[in-house]
Amino acid sequence: MRGLASDAPDGCLLEVRNVSKRFPGVVALDDVSLQLRCGTVHALIGENGAGKSTLMKIIAGVYTPDAGELRLRGSAVHLSSPRQALQNGIAMIHQELNLLPYMSVAENIWICREPVNACGVIRHRELYRRTHALLERLRIDIDPQAEVRTLSIAARQMVEIAKALSYESELLIMDEPTSALTETEAQHLFAIIRELQAQGKGILYITHKMDELFEIADQVSVLRDGKHIGTDSPRNLTRHELIRMMVGRELSQIFPREPARPGAVVLSAHELTLEQQFHDISFDLHAGEILGIAGLLGSGRSKLAETLFGLTAASSGRLSIEGCEVRVDSPRAAMARGMAFVTEDRKETGCFLALSVLENLEISVLNRDFVRFGFVRQRAVTQACAAMSRLLRVKTPDLHERIGNLSGGNQQKVLLGRWLLSGPKILILDEPTRGVDVGAKAEIHQLIARLVAQGMAVLMISSEMPEILGMSHRIMVMHEGRVTGILERAQADQVKIMDLAAR
Amino acid sequence: MPQALAQRTVPAGSARRARRFPPEASILLVLVGLALAFELLGWIFVGQSFLLNQQRLVVIILQVSVIGIIAVGVTQVIIAGGIDLSSGSVVAVTAMVAASLAQSSDAVRAVYPALTDLPVVVPVVAGLAVGAAAGLLNGTLIAWTSIPPFIATLGVMVTARGVAKWYTRGQPVSMLTDAYADIGSAAVPVMIFLGTALVFHFALRYTRYGKFTYAIGANPQAARVSGINVARHLIVVYTIAGTLSGLAGIVTSARAVSGQAGMGMMYELDAIAAAVIGGASLSGGIGRITGTVIGTMILGVVTSGFTFLRIDAYYQEIVKGAIIVVAVIADQYRQRARGQRA
Repeated sequence: MRGLASDAPDGCLLEVRNVSKRFPGVVALDDVSLQLRCGTVHALIGENGAGKSTLMKIIAGVYTPDAGELRLRGSAVHLSSPRQALQNGIAMIHQELNLLPYMSVAENIWICREPVNACGVIRHRELYRRTHALLERLRIDIDPQAEVRTLSIAARQMVEIAKALSYESELLIMDEPTSALTETEAQHLFAIIRELQAQGKGILYITHKMDELFEIADQVSVLRDGKHIGTDSPRNLTRHELIRMMVGRELSQIFPREPARPGAVVLSAHELTLEQQFHDISFDLHAGEILGIAGLLGSGRSKLAETLFGLTAASSGRLSIEGCEVRVDSPRAAMARGMAFVTEDRKETGCFLALSVLENLEISVLNRDFVRFGFVRQRAVTQACAAMSRLLRVKTPDLHERIGNLSGGNQQKVLLGRWLLSGPKILILDEPTRGVDVGAKAEIHQLIARLVAQGMAVLMISSEMPEILGMSHRIMVMHEGRVTGILERAQADQVKIMDLAAR
Repeated sequence: MPQALAQRTVPAGSARRARRFPPEASILLVLVGLALAFELLGWIFVGQSFLLNQQRLVVIILQVSVIGIIAVGVTQVIIAGGIDLSSGSVVAVTAMVAASLAQSSDAVRAVYPALTDLPVVVPVVAGLAVGAAAGLLNGTLIAWTSIPPFIATLGVMVTARGVAKWYTRGQPVSMLTDAYADIGSAAVPVMIFLGTALVFHFALRYTRYGKFTYAIGANPQAARVSGINVARHLIVVYTIAGTLSGLAGIVTSARAVSGQAGMGMMYELDAIAAAVIGGASLSGGIGRITGTVIGTMILGVVTSGFTFLRIDAYYQEIVKGAIIVVAVIADQYRQRARGQRA
């Protein structure tokens, strides 16, 4: 083994010793100890709120621990800022991407470290050359001069990774790096991770996806309620055991498979087209079924959902709801037709982060209910929201908590609740469990299954193969804006879907 | 007994939680602190009480009531994620138009010699209409062309000032009817200010209009997905703000018993300051009328306090500027403290 690994006798790169961290009213971390070795991928799992993010942020210098210490290659370090962590060879790739949208890929990667000439002027040619070399090394095909805002989420993620690697860090912290990636892109990332591993770097890998963990991790540590539950090699653990360690309870089933009992056609698309995005999309959606939409990023799945909901107008094609041809040219019109839409990006198009849970829940239903002469019947709507919050088991101190203070899974539950309050017949879900912990994920799946059993029609876009396969009654696969096949549940499997999605 | 208590504190989700402190509490403390400081300084340097003077208390609010009326509208614009720089100029235009329709027959060179001694309702309605039109223009520009609110209202600010001067070629409009002048006399402006504040406090908290305004300011994209007609709602918000500026213009001209093109100069900045001191966030989604009212009072107390202590007006502006900046800094700390837990 080369490099700095030799500094510590046992190849231990970072030791977390008895670290505790408290926030007002919450013990986020309670006496946690971990050891991270060189050349290993160390997975960190746990439900949202288990303390993963806090631990990660302590290692990355964002927070300082209330008690305990970090030892880097055998000697204690005090990290008081992310910058200091970087100088010590610790880089973090954030789950929520922190790139500057109006600057180029190269400028983002080398920010504050731009190559400059004697007068302090940036040498752009050198900047692009370096970026090109870096991206080449990682086999990432992105133009160094492209503005970040023009890139897809997956490409931005790759830029973040390249940026972290550009610091020649020894410890990389990855926070759910695959949450916005498709299978192929994730495989690409894993190849990069294995390469880094071979170079002797340590990787702290936070994830919610079990399959990934078994594929990539050498060690896995489970956190629950701020406590370290255990660390072991994934080889010695089964999926079931891991889930049990995380949630501390048995999950009866991972996917609540309801038998298909499709009713009448409620939504029918005929040759729906949006120039540059998707073409000739035709499908029928029945009451009481989940139609899954699979496809790689860029397949036009999300655009299709936005068009169905009236956020963008289709260039041609017809849409009928319950047999009547309709024009849906605004979300309001879509809602009037009984549609609801949980978008892909919670932060951008879902949550009102500055507002309370209650205000986030009630906003859509106020368009049609609980209002008399413009005045909101607050008591009634609050009661309905409280009931919804209980039904979805949203974990919040109360309805007046700011939604920004909730975990991702709970935010997602609130968004689902927002739409369920309006009593939709057709529910469009775009990545309904992205960045949601295992417990909340299972709850959301069970809820969807229950709604469908009651006759709701669900259109579900998902990049997670198990979710698509486990939940859908039929699966529509898209590739570059066209439908490449609609599979029945019985005949669908991962290979067939990938075959249709990536032809 | 403990059981009964438990039942009362955890009702089935219907009750509004008693927050430890409403967000206005800290700013109210500042207001009280400033008032007490002036009280203390008053006894030391002037030898009389600052607060125990009913006349002064009325004057404190009276001199900021026009700013307050504007600030009520501006607060709504800021909550919706925008900004309105045109308020001061709109005050001038409405003051001119309303005054020109409020002249008495004694006026030597009336703007409209045929239209004197009109019932007071005519200039009032005309003034409000002019304000509403300016607000409608702001809103339409912002909602339909998606130019930033700062630029749109800056344009309207300059244009409206020009219109105010062009209207009478720069001549002031005087000799107004007594009925019109009454609008600005005694405590009427204070009542108008507190009345509008009350109306829009309720509108923001208890109506769909208010809920949508907060939602749009917090996240316009999510608001659109949630089925809110964002463009139309923004037009409504700016029109309300414009109408309130119009109301402020009427009060201003009534108080001065004349209309002048230079009226309302920089009022927009005082109004924004009042809203921001009161806790409104320029990034949208946050703000309350109660906070704005307290913010307005702080501006009033500072002005009165300095006059009372016979300190130069120059220092007044310096201190006012400092208060605005300190208020925003304090607000940021407060928000950061809240966000930490995420």
